[in-house]
Amino acid sequence: MTARSNEAASDGGSRYIDDDRERGVFRVDRATMTSPEVFELEQRQIFDECWLYFGHDSEIAKPGDYVRRIVVGRPLFLVRGSDGSVRCFYNTCPHRGAEVCREERGNAKRFTCFYHAWTFDTSGSLLTMPDEEGYGEGFKETCSLTTVPKLDSYRGFWFISFNHRAEPLHDYLDGAKEYLDLVVDQAEEGMRILPGTNEYAVKANWKLMVENSLDGYHGLPLHQTYFAYVKSLGGGISGTNLVGEGGRELGHGHVVLEGEAPYGRPIARWDHLFGEDSQDEIAAIRARLVDAYGEDRASRMADNFRNLIIFPNLMINDITAITVRYVEPLAANLMRVRAWALAPREETGQRLQRRIDSYLTFIGPGGFASPDDVEALESCQVGFRAHPNVQWSDISRGMTRMPTVIDEVQVRAYWRAWAARMDGRPIPPPVEWPETPIPAHR
Amino acid sequence: MTEALRDDRIELRLAVEEFLYHEAALLDEWRLDDWLELFTPDARYVVPSTDVPDGDGSQTLVLIQDDFQRIGGRVARLKSRRAHREFPSSRTRRMISNIRVLRCVGDEVEVTANFVVYRIRRGVNEYIGRYLYTLVRTDDGFRIRSRRAELDLEALDPHGTVSIIL
Repeated sequence: MTARSNEAASDGGSRYIDDDRERGVFRVDRATMTSPEVFELEQRQIFDECWLYFGHDSEIAKPGDYVRRIVVGRPLFLVRGSDGSVRCFYNTCPHRGAEVCREERGNAKRFTCFYHAWTFDTSGSLLTMPDEEGYGEGFKETCSLTTVPKLDSYRGFWFISFNHRAEPLHDYLDGAKEYLDLVVDQAEEGMRILPGTNEYAVKANWKLMVENSLDGYHGLPLHQTYFAYVKSLGGGISGTNLVGEGGRELGHGHVVLEGEAPYGRPIARWDHLFGEDSQDEIAAIRARLVDAYGEDRASRMADNFRNLIIFPNLMINDITAITVRYVEPLAANLMRVRAWALAPREETGQRLQRRIDSYLTFIGPGGFASPDDVEALESCQVGFRAHPNVQWSDISRGMTRMPTVIDEVQVRAYWRAWAARMDGRPIPPPVEWPETPIPAHR
Repeated sequence: MTEALRDDRIELRLAVEEFLYHEAALLDEWRLDDWLELFTPDARYVVPSTDVPDGDGSQTLVLIQDDFQRIGGRVARLKSRRAHREFPSSRTRRMISNIRVLRCVGDEVEVTANFVVYRIRRGVNEYIGRYLYTLVRTDDGFRIRSRRAELDLEALDPHGTVSIIL
């Protein structure tokens, strides 16, 4: 039974998915990556509906701290008020529209629009304007800055929604909370975003970046030069545990790829890359985790990598270091990525240096791995121009077996959620593995 | 003004310029092994993030922070034919100007210059910024102890990556 026989009111998404569990075939029409109509429908069905990542608590640590970002095209700024409350405003003066927040980040008690000098406080109220007598009584009270419909945080991650009826964030995050906890609990004193943003454009559809973050299969071929570099330093750990690990569905379209890391991790898995004299320190960090969480959870936190997707477009990759990566969709064939390093507050000196090095050698657009991911995505987008003569992308890997870390269960789960959102129907429950127990007849 | 016009100052600046142009030519010609030989064993190559151009990689996330070993690793990667972003190699053209000697301390010469590095592959990307070098005078000419490329770009848009040596 293919998705086409669903009794959906609309097939805005499922018309592009060939999900044939009898034959063990899962294919996605490449029009999902090229069509302006699909892009437009995504804006309404997904980006106007879901919770979207804005920033981290540590970026607005003190009263008056603010950060300005464009999120799905809307100009916004997040500010911690003098009263300590965090608010997210549309960055537009209610008078004639100019941006009232004019810097990417900073600290302010007031925001004065540079056009006509209307001045707002950090709760958005209009305090003063030149020649108030030009307006009637009570006019000022109607001119506050507009807040986004929804704003909430979990473990320091701030999310917004443009959907007034969005369910609470904690419900939306569903099973992803377990993975956010596995990341945040690695710190003794909480996490912070390090200064220094990776901000880069990729000439490809935003979903290609999501797929790439969920894909373990490309690790060895695409990133061969990274592993060769680590090996040249005398390093390299091979992953041994493939069966039973891999992709998981977490509800609401969130997915994760988890497995034993074939590389060192600052918390807390030693590798030659870190240098001999760091062995004791890393062992001590690991011992602390075991004390705090027990051997099983500590091992999971220290030895495993986690590539987590919070539907639709937030990636938290806990790999050689931790990156928080947000993808802004600009057009069907263009995205802009914002990525940051997340680090425990207590990390300083050599430990912090080790993390930064571990981050930028692999993650980040100047490293030995991410540039090749960007190249792959842009190349796929070029390849998509062969559509409709070459119509489908295949995402069938692992349908006929218990999934491994190089299979594609998590990518299929993401697409099923995408299709459901586009159709306007509930996201289906997680599938049982293997999806196609009977040997496939292709 | 009189300081800058002294013969030995002019000579030094000319020598520095020649060195920088020579380095640029090696890189534009993808003669990476020759380029690697320009570094001291304690060398560092840093490219800060676009939003924190004065960032140092000890506390701030930067784009590139290589010691001599990693510079070598970067060269090995680019020569391997498996650095897919640079296979086939892009064409590059480095334009270097506004070269100034900031100060001399012992055998070290601190230099700044402006750059535009054009990378051409399916389009033209410009990397714009300034260099800060610490060069060391040796019997075989200058060697690079520290090489820092601060980008003026607000983001790597449309570039996507820093896949070349800047």
